[in-house]
Parts: sequence; structure tokens; C-alpha cells
Amino acid sequence: MNFILDYYNYWIVVFLMMSGFYIVISANNLVKKIVGLNIFQTSVFMLYISMGKVSGGSAPIVAEGITQYSNPLPHVLILTAIVVGVATTAVGLSLVVRIKRAYGTVEENEFENKDDAI
Amino acid sequence: MLDLHLTAFPILLPLIAAPIALILGRSILSWGFATFVSGWAFFVACQLLIATLSDGVLSYAVGGWEPPWGIELRIDAANAFVLLVVSAISTLVLLYSKLSIEKEIHESKHSLYYTAHLLCLAGLSGILVTGDAFNLFVFLEISSLATYTLVSLAPDRRCLTAAFRYLVMGTIGATFILIGVGMLYMKTGTLNMLDLAERIHFYESSRTINTGLAFIMVGVSIKLALFPLHMWLPPAYTHAPSAVSAFLASTATKVAVYVMIRFIFTIFGADHVFNEMGMGTILMVLAIVAIFKGSYMATVQSNIKSVLAHSSVAQIGYMILGISLMNVTGLMAGLIHIFNHALMKGALFMAVGAVFYRMGSVDIKAFRGLGKQMPLTMAAFTIAGLSIIGVPLTVGFISKWYLVMAALEQNHWVIAALVLAGSLLAVVYIGRILEAAYFQEADQSNKDIKEAPLLMLIPMWILVLANIYFGIDTSLTTEAAGSASELLFQNTSDIAVLIESLHGIGVTSTQEVSP
Repeated sequence: MNFILDYYNYWIVVFLMMSGFYIVISANNLVKKIVGLNIFQTSVFMLYISMGKVSGGSAPIVAEGITQYSNPLPHVLILTAIVVGVATTAVGLSLVVRIKRAYGTVEENEFENKDDAI
Repeated sequence: MLDLHLTAFPILLPLIAAPIALILGRSILSWGFATFVSGWAFFVACQLLIATLSDGVLSYAVGGWEPPWGIELRIDAANAFVLLVVSAISTLVLLYSKLSIEKEIHESKHSLYYTAHLLCLAGLSGILVTGDAFNLFVFLEISSLATYTLVSLAPDRRCLTAAFRYLVMGTIGATFILIGVGMLYMKTGTLNMLDLAERIHFYESSRTINTGLAFIMVGVSIKLALFPLHMWLPPAYTHAPSAVSAFLASTATKVAVYVMIRFIFTIFGADHVFNEMGMGTILMVLAIVAIFKGSYMATVQSNIKSVLAHSSVAQIGYMILGISLMNVTGLMAGLIHIFNHALMKGALFMAVGAVFYRMGSVDIKAFRGLGKQMPLTMAAFTIAGLSIIGVPLTVGFISKWYLVMAALEQNHWVIAALVLAGSLLAVVYIGRILEAAYFQEADQSNKDIKEAPLLMLIPMWILVLANIYFGIDTSLTTEAAGSASELLFQNTSDIAVLIESLHGIGVTSTQEVSP
């Protein structure tokens, strides 16, 4: 039981990662695929953030009377990764817009049929 | 003596030039500027390779923050060699792309094309020169995002779905690498590659490190399109604009192969990855399946760009096979093939792009009788095609030679035989196209097709002549690849010696970072 409770943050990460991954693979709608991709990436952000926590450590701001701080580096790294994620989402969504214009649909099975006809 | 700041130039030049190319706006201005900058980056890469071959490793602390705290740019023979390939191909493709994209991309998007190309070059160079595992991920994403944009610029709407599929797969791959790097950081508390390499050996049996290794290997395999994870590559290269296919096929996957080499040899250690984790056998089997699956698929396509894209999957198989053989010759064969494959695939895609420029189609039917109508283009295609097959006096022969030697050194007779059998399939898919070009009559409507313009022929023929030159005089490639692979193997054994001495005096573990 402790194994589940002590590592609950990692269980959340695993759950989010797998649900995001499943959506990416199974969704037929391209926007849903992007949503799945975002959930997948967010789980990794949480993995990084939770690994920066030092038990008993305070927020990494220098203050009197505090000797132990959490590790701020993973947070900094994840800020970069969030920017990357936002950029990826933007490119992905703009591709979806162009696919909608070119095919008139964002459902994967529908536009696959249209290309076969050509 | 070389100015150390020069180490940052391969990233800085294209990164700063990219927005300028966008501001310039006019197609011809952006083209001239991008080609100039890329040529400059090539010149810098030459200087860096010469410097690393004579003085050894160059290390540059970005912003004056000393490694392992700051980001380190670290150039040794291995990445200087790949950097040279990438910047050379980028320059030639840019030179070639002017006419090609005028035909294939709308006028208003030309400066965007050059911007995306420069950003992609900046990302690829960044992956190569950085000595920091997280920084590598960031540059990987810079280059990948630029790549998705480049692929989606083609006029055919199928490029959009190809780019979207590429984006989904590429992002999953990059995120896997991110998870893996996070796990390494969790256990070792460092991101600098050398520092990681030293500390990882204290945790070799740690499940966290080995899970991280698995995530990274799968992520990189998606990026380099190793066999079961290659599904994004053929549609992306088939439907992208011709110049983009030429650039990506000869650089993007090669850089991913370099990333795999870096992680296996510098960070985890070849012995750990191949013997203890048993990944050598997995990679070897996948590489051989990739060679046969890719080559077979290439023989049944009627779209010639699709043939070349599937052939790329097979050629990546040869590179990974070289790495998985676990000896200096094998790694050398892998590195040489990175260089050689860039030369031949670049030339082949350029030739196909020239055919598209004149004919407006890349179907095998369009190639009928082209031997007479576009003799120079088809001669270039023929020589580069022979190089893919591995005919002596071309670079393809050199790669296959070292690969077979490496297999025989390890007494893998079957592997050597399979490499040669793979070449036979290449004879089939290249021969089919040559047969159409030289032995079939052109359709009546195509009788007045002329030779491709000079601006397309020059970069194409530079690559073709390089194919022949480096097939005869192999001193540059073997020296650079040889010293790179010796260095990479030496890294591994040095650290093993260090660990043993540390174990001897009772040091077994360092402090962990997280709870």
C-alpha cells in the first residue's frame, strides 16, 4: 500500500502518459491527436517537476532561517520543454487547419479515402 | 591557433541569419543570403574538423559557465565530421533549391522556405556540437519543427498529412528522449555528457538508468527511422518538395544516427549497452530487417521519390548494422556510411528533382527515354545509383567494404552475406529506373524535354564527383571516421579503467539528488 501512496506523483505521471499515448494512437480526429500529444507531454513535465522536490526542502528562494531548498534546475528545464511543447502544438494545429482546407475534413479515415481516389 | 569562439558559430550563424532571411522578403535576396551563410557555416566546419584532427577535442563553455554546470559545446572528430557533411549538403541544396522551389512552392512562401531551412540547419548543427543532454533535446526539437514546416510546403496536399504524421511520431520520439534524459538526471544529478558518462557507471545495475536507456534508444530510433518505427519517413520524403527531400534524406536521419552513437558510446558505454543490456543483437536484427524490408519496398514503388525514400530506410539499416557490430571497424563503417549516403542520396534526390522540374512528374513513366533527353541528369542519377548499389570506384563500395570487413572480424559470416544480398536488391530498384531511362522510348508528348538548367546541374554534379572522388581517394573519410571511432571506443575503455581503480579504493557511489 505504501508503495502506491509514497509514489503517488509518479502514478499520476504514468496514468497521464499512458492515456495521452493511447489517445494519440487511437484517435481518428486530428485535433484529438494533438490533445493526446499535449497530455503525453504534460505528464513528462510533471515527472521532471516532481523529481526536483527535496523532502523537507522549501521553495528555492533564498530566505533567512531556511537551509534546505528544493532543486530548481528541473523546473528551469521544464520551462524550456513547455515552450517546445507550445511550439509543437502550434505547428500541429496549423497543419490541421491546412488539412481541413485541403480535404474538407480532419477525420483521418475520411481523408485517407480521398487520396486513394486520385 | 583556432579562436575557441568559432565552436559556437555553426549554431549562431544560421540561427541569427534565419530571421534576417525572412525580413529580406524577396526570393532572390533570401536565397543569396541563406546560401552565403550556409557556405560560411561549411567553411567554419572545415576549420573545426582540421582543428580537431590536429589538436583533439575542443571544449567551449557557453556564457562563461564552466561545465558541468553550464552548457558545454564539445567538438571531437566524430561530430566535426558529421558537421562537415551537414553544412556541405545544406550549402549545395540551397544552391540547387532556387529553381526547384520556384517550380514547386508559391512565390510568397520562398523567404519562409529559406528561413525554415536555416532554422533546421541551426538545430542540426546544435545537436552535433552540444555536450549537454538536455540541450540536445532542445536542438532536436528546433530542427524537427523546422522539418515539419519544410515538408508541408509542397504543392501536393498529401504533404500535409505526411507532415502531420511526421509531427506526431517525431514529437513522441523527442518526448521519449526527454523522459530518458530526465531519468538519467534523476539518478546522477547532471546533464553534461562527460559528467553523465563518469557517474552512470556507478549505477549500472540501477533500474532507473536502464529504463532511461530504453526510453532514449526507442526515442532516437523513431527519429532515425529504424525499421519498425520508420513509418513516418517514406510519406514525408515522398511528398516533400524535392530540395527538402534532398536536404533531409542526407542530413536529418544522419544526425539522429550520430545521437545514437553518442548515447551508446560516450554516455552509456558500448559494453554496457551491447553486452549487459543485450541491445547489440536487437539492433542487429532490426537493421537487417530494415535493409531487406526497405529495399523490397523500394522495388515495388512506381513513384521514384518513394523508391528513394524506402531505400533510405534500408541505408539507415546499414549504418545501424555497422554500429551494432561492436568493433572499431564497424563503427567506422557506420560513420563512413553517414558521409557516403549523404553524398549519394543527395545526388539522387537532386536528379529526381531536376526531372520533376522538366517533366512535372516523378512517376517511373516520366523517366522513359530520359537518357537521351536529359543526358547529364540521368548520368548523375546513374553514377549515384551505382554508388547505392556499392559498385567499386564509388563511395558506396567503401561503406560496404568496411561493413563486410567488420562483420568478418567478428566472424559473422551470415551478416556479411546478408549485406551483399541487400546490395542485389538495390540493383533491382535502381536497375528498374535505369532501364526505363535508357532502354525505353519516350512518350510522344515528352519529345521536346530539354536538359535541366545549369544551376541545378552544378550542385548535383559536385555531389556526383564527390561520390567518385571519395570512392577512389578514401584518405579523408577513413582518417576522420577512423579517429572518431577510435576516440569513441577509447572513451568507453578509459572510463572502465577509472571505475576499476575507484572500486579498488572503496569509492562505490556518489550522492543521489532526488528522494
